[in-house]
Amino acid sequence: MSESPLVRRSLTIARRDFLRIAAPALPIALAACGWNGGKHLQLVFDKVIGANNKLGEGLLSIRHAQANPNQIARGDMPSYFIAHEMPVLADPASWRLAVGGLVRKPMQFTPQMIAALPHISYTITHHCVEGWSVVKLWSGVPLATFAALVEPITAAKYVQFDSFDDGYMNGWDIASAMHPQTILADGFEGKPITAAHGAPLRLYSPIKLGYKLTKYLTKVTFTDKKPGGYWEDQGYPWFGGL
Amino acid sequence: MSTLPVTVRRHGPLVRITHWLNAAFLAGMIGSGLQIYTAYAHIGYHGETFNVPNPFDGSRLAIPEQVRLGGWLAGGLRWHFTLAWPFVLTGLAYVLFLFFSGEWRALIFRPRDVPGAWQMTRYYLRLRKDHPPQGKHNPLQKSAYTFAIVLAVLSILTGFAIAKPIQLSFVTSLFGGYEWARYWHFVTVWTLTAFIVAHVVMVFVADPASLRAIITGRYRGRHTSHE
Repeated sequence: MSESPLVRRSLTIARRDFLRIAAPALPIALAACGWNGGKHLQLVFDKVIGANNKLGEGLLSIRHAQANPNQIARGDMPSYFIAHEMPVLADPASWRLAVGGLVRKPMQFTPQMIAALPHISYTITHHCVEGWSVVKLWSGVPLATFAALVEPITAAKYVQFDSFDDGYMNGWDIASAMHPQTILADGFEGKPITAAHGAPLRLYSPIKLGYKLTKYLTKVTFTDKKPGGYWEDQGYPWFGGL
Repeated sequence: MSTLPVTVRRHGPLVRITHWLNAAFLAGMIGSGLQIYTAYAHIGYHGETFNVPNPFDGSRLAIPEQVRLGGWLAGGLRWHFTLAWPFVLTGLAYVLFLFFSGEWRALIFRPRDVPGAWQMTRYYLRLRKDHPPQGKHNPLQKSAYTFAIVLAVLSILTGFAIAKPIQLSFVTSLFGGYEWARYWHFVTVWTLTAFIVAHVVMVFVADPASLRAIITGRYRGRHTSHE
Protein backbone atom coordinates (compact mmCIF):
# COMPACT_ATOMS: atom_id res chain seq x y z
CA MET A 1 0.00 0.00 0.00
CA SER A 2 2.98 2.31 -0.27
CA GLU A 3 2.43 5.41 -2.35
CA SER A 4 4.33 5.62 -5.60
CA PRO A 5 6.52 8.67 -6.30
CA LEU A 6 3.91 9.73 -8.79
CA VAL A 7 1.21 9.86 -6.13
CA ARG A 8 3.50 11.72 -3.80
CA ARG A 9 4.15 14.25 -6.53
CA SER A 10 0.45 14.78 -7.07
CA LEU A 11 -0.01 15.40 -3.35
CA THR A 12 2.63 18.12 -3.41
CA ILE A 13 0.87 19.79 -6.28
CA ALA A 14 -2.41 19.57 -4.40
CA ARG A 15 -0.90 21.26 -1.35
CA ARG A 16 0.65 23.94 -3.51
CA ASP A 17 -2.71 24.53 -5.17
CA PHE A 18 -4.29 24.81 -1.76
CA LEU A 19 -1.76 27.40 -0.58
CA ARG A 20 -2.27 29.34 -3.79
CA ILE A 21 -5.94 29.68 -2.82
CA ALA A 22 -5.47 30.01 0.93
CA ALA A 23 -2.75 32.69 0.90
CA PRO A 24 -4.90 35.55 -0.43
CA ALA A 25 -7.81 34.35 1.74
CA LEU A 26 -5.81 34.81 4.94
CA PRO A 27 -5.80 38.61 5.19
CA ILE A 28 -9.49 38.59 4.24
CA ALA A 29 -10.21 36.20 7.08
CA LEU A 30 -8.16 38.28 9.53
CA ALA A 31 -9.89 41.48 8.56
CA ALA A 32 -13.25 39.79 8.77
CA CYS A 33 -13.97 40.04 12.49
CA GLY A 34 -15.59 43.46 12.60
CA TRP A 35 -15.63 44.05 8.89
CA ASN A 36 -18.64 45.93 7.48
CA GLY A 37 -17.67 44.97 3.93
CA GLY A 38 -16.13 48.29 2.89
CA LYS A 39 -17.56 51.02 0.69
CA HIS A 40 -18.35 48.88 -2.35
CA LEU A 41 -19.91 45.94 -0.53
CA GLN A 42 -22.02 48.38 1.52
CA LEU A 43 -23.61 49.50 -1.77
CA VAL A 44 -24.32 45.85 -2.61
CA PHE A 45 -25.86 45.34 0.84
CA ASP A 46 -28.06 48.44 0.34
CA LYS A 47 -29.30 47.01 -2.98
CA VAL A 48 -30.00 43.50 -1.68
CA ILE A 49 -31.55 44.66 1.63
CA GLY A 50 -33.69 47.10 -0.40
CA ALA A 51 -34.85 44.17 -2.54
CA ASN A 52 -35.52 42.17 0.65
CA ASN A 53 -37.75 45.04 1.87
CA LYS A 54 -39.70 44.95 -1.41
CA LEU A 55 -39.94 41.17 -1.16
CA GLY A 56 -41.32 41.51 2.36
CA GLU A 57 -43.94 43.98 1.14
CA GLY A 58 -44.84 41.66 -1.74
CA LEU A 59 -45.15 38.67 0.57
CA LEU A 60 -47.46 40.67 2.88
CA SER A 61 -49.64 41.76 -0.03
CA ILE A 62 -49.95 38.15 -1.27
CA ARG A 63 -50.38 36.36 2.03
CA HIS A 64 -52.14 38.96 4.24
CA ALA A 65 -51.34 36.56 7.08
CA GLN A 66 -52.47 37.29 10.61
CA ALA A 67 -51.02 35.98 13.85
CA ASN A 68 -52.98 33.50 15.94
CA PRO A 69 -54.56 35.91 18.49
CA ASN A 70 -55.09 33.30 21.22
CA GLN A 71 -51.63 32.06 22.22
CA ILE A 72 -50.45 31.17 25.72
CA ALA A 73 -48.45 33.95 27.42
CA ARG A 74 -44.72 33.13 27.80
CA GLY A 75 -41.54 34.88 28.89
CA ASP A 76 -40.77 38.34 30.26
CA MET A 77 -41.29 41.50 28.21
CA PRO A 78 -38.39 43.90 28.85
CA SER A 79 -38.96 47.66 28.95
CA TYR A 80 -37.84 49.64 25.91
CA PHE A 81 -36.69 53.25 25.54
CA ILE A 82 -33.56 54.97 24.22
CA ALA A 83 -33.56 57.95 26.62
CA HIS A 84 -31.25 57.78 29.64
CA GLU A 85 -34.24 57.71 31.93
CA MET A 86 -37.63 56.14 31.39
CA PRO A 87 -39.85 58.67 29.57
CA VAL A 88 -42.76 59.52 31.89
CA LEU A 89 -45.42 62.17 31.24
CA ALA A 90 -45.48 64.92 33.88
CA ASP A 91 -49.15 65.60 33.16
CA PRO A 92 -50.81 62.61 31.44
CA ALA A 93 -54.16 64.42 31.15
CA SER A 94 -52.71 67.06 28.84
CA TRP A 95 -51.11 64.48 26.48
CA ARG A 96 -52.57 64.42 22.95
CA LEU A 97 -52.08 62.19 19.93
CA ALA A 98 -51.90 64.22 16.73
CA VAL A 99 -53.01 62.27 13.66
CA GLY A 100 -52.46 64.19 10.45
CA GLY A 101 -50.35 64.65 7.34
CA LEU A 102 -51.92 63.72 4.01
CA VAL A 103 -55.43 63.37 5.50
CA ARG A 104 -58.73 65.17 4.95
CA LYS A 105 -59.53 65.65 8.66
CA PRO A 106 -56.45 65.95 10.90
CA MET A 107 -57.37 65.29 14.54
CA GLN A 108 -56.06 65.59 18.08
CA PHE A 109 -57.02 62.66 20.34
CA THR A 110 -57.30 63.00 24.11
CA PRO A 111 -56.83 59.92 26.34
CA GLN A 112 -60.63 59.91 26.89
CA MET A 113 -61.35 59.93 23.14
CA ILE A 114 -59.01 56.97 22.60
CA ALA A 115 -60.50 55.06 25.54
CA ALA A 116 -63.94 55.48 23.95
CA LEU A 117 -62.89 53.90 20.62
CA PRO A 118 -63.57 50.18 20.01
CA HIS A 119 -60.63 48.09 21.25
CA ILE A 120 -59.30 44.67 20.24
CA SER A 121 -57.15 42.30 22.33
CA TYR A 122 -54.81 39.49 21.40
CA THR A 123 -52.19 37.28 23.02
CA ILE A 124 -49.51 37.01 20.35
CA THR A 125 -45.79 36.48 19.80
CA HIS A 126 -43.50 39.50 19.95
CA HIS A 127 -40.28 39.17 17.94
CA CYS A 128 -37.19 41.20 18.72
CA VAL A 129 -34.49 41.68 16.06
CA GLU A 130 -32.04 40.29 18.64
CA GLY A 131 -33.66 36.89 18.17
CA TRP A 132 -35.79 36.46 21.27
CA SER A 133 -39.55 36.29 21.50
CA VAL A 134 -42.24 36.57 24.18
CA VAL A 135 -45.99 35.93 24.03
CA LYS A 136 -48.10 38.63 25.69
CA LEU A 137 -51.63 40.03 25.90
CA TRP A 138 -52.03 43.46 24.29
CA SER A 139 -55.11 45.62 23.74
CA GLY A 140 -55.69 48.79 21.78
CA VAL A 141 -57.42 50.49 18.87
CA PRO A 142 -56.63 49.34 15.32
CA LEU A 143 -54.70 52.03 13.44
CA ALA A 144 -57.21 51.49 10.61
CA THR A 145 -59.92 52.87 12.96
CA PHE A 146 -57.94 56.11 13.37
CA ALA A 147 -57.41 56.19 9.59
CA ALA A 148 -61.17 55.89 9.01
CA LEU A 149 -61.64 58.97 11.21
CA VAL A 150 -58.95 61.19 9.65
CA GLU A 151 -59.39 59.90 6.06
CA PRO A 152 -55.91 59.72 4.49
CA ILE A 153 -55.75 60.57 0.78
CA THR A 154 -54.52 57.94 -1.71
CA ALA A 155 -51.14 59.67 -2.09
CA ALA A 156 -50.29 58.57 1.49
CA LYS A 157 -48.01 55.55 1.01
CA TYR A 158 -46.22 55.69 4.36
CA VAL A 159 -46.98 56.42 8.00
CA GLN A 160 -44.52 58.14 10.31
CA PHE A 161 -44.70 57.56 14.06
CA ASP A 162 -43.13 60.09 16.46
CA SER A 163 -42.58 59.79 20.20
CA PHE A 164 -41.44 61.71 23.28
CA ASP A 165 -38.62 59.16 23.82
CA ASP A 166 -35.65 61.37 22.91
CA GLY A 167 -36.64 61.65 19.25
CA TYR A 168 -37.24 57.91 18.66
CA MET A 169 -39.35 57.48 15.53
CA ASN A 170 -40.22 54.98 12.81
CA GLY A 171 -41.67 54.88 9.30
CA TRP A 172 -43.99 52.18 8.01
CA ASP A 173 -45.43 51.12 4.67
CA ILE A 174 -49.17 51.85 4.54
CA ALA A 175 -50.13 48.16 4.03
CA SER A 176 -48.49 47.06 7.29
CA ALA A 177 -49.96 50.09 9.09
CA MET A 178 -53.49 49.18 7.94
CA HIS A 179 -53.09 45.48 8.83
CA PRO A 180 -56.09 44.55 11.04
CA GLN A 181 -53.76 43.51 13.90
CA THR A 182 -51.75 46.75 13.87
CA ILE A 183 -53.00 48.72 16.87
CA LEU A 184 -52.21 51.73 18.98
CA ALA A 185 -52.00 49.91 22.31
CA ASP A 186 -53.05 51.35 25.67
CA GLY A 187 -53.36 48.00 27.45
CA PHE A 188 -50.76 45.36 28.35
CA GLU A 189 -51.36 42.10 30.24
CA GLY A 190 -54.96 43.09 30.96
CA LYS A 191 -54.07 46.40 32.63
CA PRO A 192 -53.46 49.97 31.42
CA ILE A 193 -50.03 50.08 29.79
CA THR A 194 -47.19 51.27 32.06
CA ALA A 195 -44.37 53.69 31.31
CA ALA A 196 -41.96 50.75 30.99
CA HIS A 197 -43.80 49.61 27.85
CA GLY A 198 -44.56 52.95 26.20
CA ALA A 199 -47.45 54.60 28.13
CA PRO A 200 -49.74 56.27 27.43
CA LEU A 201 -49.93 54.87 23.88
CA ARG A 202 -47.64 52.77 21.71
CA LEU A 203 -47.69 51.13 18.33
CA TYR A 204 -48.10 47.35 18.37
CA SER A 205 -48.37 44.64 15.70
CA PRO A 206 -47.48 40.96 15.31
CA ILE A 207 -46.17 41.56 11.77
CA LYS A 208 -43.20 43.81 12.62
CA LEU A 209 -40.04 43.44 14.68
CA GLY A 210 -40.02 45.19 18.07
CA TYR A 211 -37.84 48.12 17.00
CA LYS A 212 -40.52 49.13 14.46
CA LEU A 213 -43.13 49.44 17.24
CA THR A 214 -42.81 53.07 18.33
CA LYS A 215 -43.45 53.58 22.05
CA TYR A 216 -44.52 56.81 23.86
CA LEU A 217 -46.44 58.04 20.79
CA THR A 218 -47.10 61.71 20.14
CA LYS A 219 -47.81 61.87 16.43
CA VAL A 220 -49.03 59.71 13.56
CA THR A 221 -48.39 61.27 10.15
CA PHE A 222 -49.61 59.94 6.81
CA THR A 223 -47.09 60.87 4.12
CA ASP A 224 -45.92 60.26 0.55
CA LYS A 225 -42.23 60.50 1.55
CA LYS A 226 -40.54 57.42 2.94
CA PRO A 227 -39.69 58.26 6.57
CA GLY A 228 -36.47 57.00 8.17
CA GLY A 229 -36.27 55.59 11.65
CA TYR A 230 -34.08 55.63 14.73
CA TRP A 231 -32.49 52.21 14.16
CA GLU A 232 -33.25 52.02 10.44
CA ASP A 233 -31.00 55.04 9.82
CA GLN A 234 -28.18 53.17 11.59
CA GLY A 235 -28.36 50.11 9.36
CA TYR A 236 -31.27 47.97 10.57
CA PRO A 237 -33.72 46.78 7.89
CA TRP A 238 -36.35 49.41 7.09
CA PHE A 239 -39.24 46.96 6.49
CA GLY A 240 -38.61 44.82 9.58
CA GLY A 241 -41.58 42.63 8.64
CA LEU A 242 -42.20 39.14 9.96
CA MET B 1 -4.33 -1.53 -5.94
CA SER B 2 -2.65 0.12 -8.85
CA THR B 3 0.65 1.76 -8.07
CA LEU B 4 0.68 3.81 -11.23
CA PRO B 5 -2.35 6.09 -10.89
CA VAL B 6 -3.76 7.63 -13.99
CA THR B 7 -5.18 11.11 -14.22
CA VAL B 8 -8.94 11.25 -14.60
CA ARG B 9 -11.29 14.16 -15.00
CA ARG B 10 -13.31 14.15 -11.81
CA HIS B 11 -15.20 17.43 -11.32
CA GLY B 12 -16.67 19.61 -14.04
CA PRO B 13 -16.40 23.41 -13.84
CA LEU B 14 -19.89 23.89 -12.38
CA VAL B 15 -19.17 21.58 -9.45
CA ARG B 16 -15.83 23.24 -8.75
CA ILE B 17 -17.17 26.79 -9.00
CA THR B 18 -20.26 26.14 -6.85
CA HIS B 19 -18.15 24.24 -4.31
CA TRP B 20 -15.79 27.17 -3.68
CA LEU B 21 -18.47 29.84 -3.96
CA ASN B 22 -20.60 27.99 -1.43
CA ALA B 23 -17.60 27.54 0.85
CA ALA B 24 -17.10 31.33 0.85
CA PHE B 25 -20.80 32.18 1.19
CA LEU B 26 -21.31 29.62 3.95
CA ALA B 27 -18.29 30.97 5.86
CA GLY B 28 -19.88 34.43 5.64
CA MET B 29 -23.28 33.07 6.68
CA ILE B 30 -21.78 31.32 9.72
CA GLY B 31 -19.70 34.36 10.77
CA SER B 32 -22.61 36.79 10.45
CA GLY B 33 -24.93 34.22 12.04
CA LEU B 34 -22.65 34.07 15.08
CA GLN B 35 -22.75 37.89 15.22
CA ILE B 36 -26.56 37.80 15.20
CA TYR B 37 -26.67 34.97 17.76
CA THR B 38 -24.47 37.04 20.09
CA ALA B 39 -27.31 39.60 20.43
CA TYR B 40 -29.32 36.98 22.36
CA ALA B 41 -27.21 33.92 23.06
CA HIS B 42 -29.96 31.79 24.59
CA ILE B 43 -32.59 29.38 23.32
CA GLY B 44 -36.18 30.02 24.42
CA TYR B 45 -38.49 32.89 25.27
CA HIS B 46 -36.97 36.08 26.72
CA GLY B 47 -36.37 35.39 30.40
CA GLU B 48 -37.50 31.77 29.99
CA THR B 49 -34.56 29.78 28.60
CA PHE B 50 -35.46 26.30 27.36
CA ASN B 51 -33.87 23.32 29.03
CA VAL B 52 -32.20 22.08 25.84
CA PRO B 53 -28.56 21.18 25.16
CA ASN B 54 -26.78 24.38 24.14
CA PRO B 55 -23.00 24.43 24.67
CA PHE B 56 -22.99 27.94 23.19
CA ASP B 57 -25.37 29.54 25.72
CA GLY B 58 -24.14 33.06 26.49
CA SER B 59 -23.92 32.32 30.21
CA ARG B 60 -21.26 29.72 29.45
CA LEU B 61 -19.45 31.01 26.40
CA ALA B 62 -19.16 34.21 24.42
CA ILE B 63 -18.60 33.78 20.69
CA PRO B 64 -15.10 35.23 20.03
CA GLU B 65 -15.02 38.45 18.04
CA GLN B 66 -12.56 36.94 15.53
CA VAL B 67 -15.14 34.53 14.11
CA ARG B 68 -18.01 37.04 14.02
CA LEU B 69 -18.76 39.03 10.90
CA GLY B 70 -20.36 42.48 10.76
CA GLY B 71 -19.11 44.17 13.94
CA TRP B 72 -22.55 44.64 15.50
CA LEU B 73 -26.05 43.25 15.14
CA ALA B 74 -27.12 45.48 12.23
CA GLY B 75 -23.84 44.75 10.40
CA GLY B 76 -24.31 41.01 10.94
CA LEU B 77 -27.88 41.22 9.64
CA ARG B 78 -26.75 43.07 6.51
CA TRP B 79 -24.16 40.38 5.73
CA HIS B 80 -26.54 37.53 6.58
CA PHE B 81 -29.54 38.73 4.55
CA THR B 82 -27.32 39.63 1.59
CA LEU B 83 -25.23 36.43 1.45
CA ALA B 84 -28.33 34.27 2.01
CA TRP B 85 -29.42 34.74 -1.61
CA PRO B 86 -26.15 33.78 -3.41
CA PHE B 87 -25.81 30.91 -0.91
CA VAL B 88 -29.26 29.61 -1.84
CA LEU B 89 -28.71 30.21 -5.58
CA THR B 90 -25.34 28.45 -5.84
CA GLY B 91 -26.69 25.61 -3.69
CA LEU B 92 -29.69 25.35 -5.99
CA ALA B 93 -27.47 25.43 -9.10
CA TYR B 94 -25.37 22.59 -7.68
CA VAL B 95 -28.35 20.44 -6.68
CA LEU B 96 -30.05 20.96 -10.06
CA PHE B 97 -26.80 20.04 -11.82
CA LEU B 98 -26.46 16.89 -9.68
CA PHE B 99 -29.99 15.89 -10.57
CA PHE B 100 -29.98 16.57 -14.31
CA SER B 101 -26.41 15.37 -15.01
CA GLY B 102 -27.06 12.07 -13.27
CA GLU B 103 -24.00 12.69 -11.08
CA TRP B 104 -26.22 12.24 -8.06
CA ARG B 105 -25.84 8.48 -8.59
CA ALA B 106 -22.19 8.68 -7.53
CA LEU B 107 -22.95 10.96 -4.59
CA ILE B 108 -26.33 10.27 -3.00
CA PHE B 109 -26.50 7.51 -0.41
CA ARG B 110 -29.04 4.84 -1.29
CA PRO B 111 -30.19 1.64 0.47
CA ARG B 112 -27.90 -0.37 -1.83
CA ASP B 113 -24.93 1.45 -0.24
CA VAL B 114 -25.60 -0.04 3.21
CA PRO B 115 -23.43 -3.21 2.83
CA GLY B 116 -20.58 -1.15 1.37
CA ALA B 117 -20.88 1.36 4.22
CA TRP B 118 -20.48 -1.50 6.66
CA GLN B 119 -17.35 -2.73 4.86
CA MET B 120 -15.86 0.82 4.91
CA THR B 121 -16.64 1.07 8.64
CA ARG B 122 -14.83 -2.25 9.19
CA TYR B 123 -11.87 -0.91 7.21
CA TYR B 124 -11.67 2.27 9.31
CA LEU B 125 -12.03 0.19 12.51
CA ARG B 126 -9.13 -1.98 11.24
CA LEU B 127 -11.35 -5.06 11.17
CA ARG B 128 -10.58 -5.34 7.49
CA LYS B 129 -7.12 -4.87 6.04
CA ASP B 130 -7.69 -3.89 2.43
CA HIS B 131 -9.58 -0.82 1.29
CA PRO B 132 -12.90 -1.98 -0.19
CA PRO B 133 -13.19 -1.26 -3.91
CA GLN B 134 -15.07 1.94 -4.57
CA GLY B 135 -16.26 4.24 -7.29
CA LYS B 136 -15.88 8.01 -7.24
CA HIS B 137 -16.96 8.09 -3.58
CA ASN B 138 -17.15 5.30 -1.06
CA PRO B 139 -20.48 4.59 0.68
CA LEU B 140 -19.47 6.40 3.89
CA GLN B 141 -18.54 9.48 1.86
CA LYS B 142 -21.89 9.23 0.11
CA SER B 143 -23.70 9.18 3.44
CA ALA B 144 -21.73 12.22 4.64
CA TYR B 145 -22.29 14.23 1.44
CA THR B 146 -25.99 13.32 1.36
CA PHE B 147 -26.30 14.36 5.00
CA ALA B 148 -24.55 17.67 4.24
CA ILE B 149 -27.04 18.47 1.46
CA VAL B 150 -29.95 17.65 3.79
CA LEU B 151 -28.44 19.89 6.49
CA ALA B 152 -27.96 22.76 4.04
CA VAL B 153 -31.60 22.50 2.93
CA LEU B 154 -32.74 22.41 6.58
CA SER B 155 -30.56 25.42 7.45
CA ILE B 156 -32.26 27.39 4.65
CA LEU B 157 -35.80 26.27 5.60
CA THR B 158 -35.28 27.05 9.31
CA GLY B 159 -33.77 30.38 8.24
CA PHE B 160 -36.94 31.33 6.35
CA ALA B 161 -39.00 30.02 9.29
CA ILE B 162 -37.39 32.47 11.74
CA ALA B 163 -37.14 35.37 9.28
CA LYS B 164 -40.85 35.32 8.33
CA PRO B 165 -42.74 33.55 11.15
CA ILE B 166 -46.04 35.28 10.30
CA GLN B 167 -46.17 35.40 6.48
CA LEU B 168 -44.47 31.98 6.19
CA SER B 169 -46.02 30.54 9.36
CA PHE B 170 -46.58 27.19 7.61
CA VAL B 171 -42.80 26.80 7.38
CA THR B 172 -42.31 27.96 10.98
CA SER B 173 -44.87 25.49 12.31
CA LEU B 174 -43.07 22.65 10.46
CA PHE B 175 -40.30 23.14 13.00
CA GLY B 176 -42.55 23.56 16.04
CA GLY B 177 -42.95 27.36 16.05
CA TYR B 178 -40.52 30.28 16.12
CA GLU B 179 -38.43 29.37 19.19
CA TRP B 180 -37.93 25.76 18.10
CA ALA B 181 -37.24 26.78 14.49
CA ARG B 182 -34.51 29.07 15.83
CA TYR B 183 -33.11 26.18 17.86
CA TRP B 184 -33.09 23.85 14.83
CA HIS B 185 -31.46 26.59 12.75
CA PHE B 186 -28.51 26.50 15.15
CA VAL B 187 -28.47 22.71 15.49
CA THR B 188 -28.40 22.20 11.72
CA VAL B 189 -25.69 24.80 11.15
CA TRP B 190 -23.50 23.55 14.01
CA THR B 191 -23.86 20.03 12.61
CA LEU B 192 -23.01 21.34 9.14
CA THR B 193 -19.94 23.03 10.64
CA ALA B 194 -18.90 19.72 12.21
CA PHE B 195 -19.29 18.09 8.77
CA ILE B 196 -17.04 20.76 7.21
CA VAL B 197 -14.34 20.17 9.82
CA ALA B 198 -14.50 16.40 9.27
CA HIS B 199 -14.59 16.94 5.49
CA VAL B 200 -11.40 19.04 5.52
CA VAL B 201 -9.61 16.64 7.88
CA MET B 202 -10.56 13.64 5.73
CA VAL B 203 -9.33 15.35 2.55
CA PHE B 204 -5.83 15.63 4.01
CA VAL B 205 -5.82 12.35 5.94
CA ALA B 206 -7.55 9.98 3.53
CA ASP B 207 -7.16 11.32 -0.01
CA PRO B 208 -5.16 14.56 -0.48
CA ALA B 209 -5.32 14.14 -4.25
CA SER B 210 -9.03 14.99 -4.05
CA LEU B 211 -8.11 18.57 -3.11
CA ARG B 212 -6.41 19.06 -6.47
CA ALA B 213 -9.46 17.51 -8.13
CA ILE B 214 -11.89 20.06 -6.65
CA ILE B 215 -9.57 22.89 -7.77
CA THR B 216 -8.39 21.81 -11.22
CA GLY B 217 -10.94 19.09 -11.92
CA ARG B 218 -8.23 16.47 -12.51
CA TYR B 219 -7.72 13.63 -10.06
CA ARG B 220 -4.64 11.45 -9.81
CA GLY B 221 -4.80 9.41 -6.65
CA ARG B 222 -5.81 6.15 -5.13
CA HIS B 223 -9.45 5.91 -6.18
CA THR B 224 -9.48 6.56 -9.89
CA SER B 225 -12.30 4.21 -10.85
CA HIS B 226 -15.48 5.98 -11.79
CA GLU B 227 -18.82 4.21 -11.79
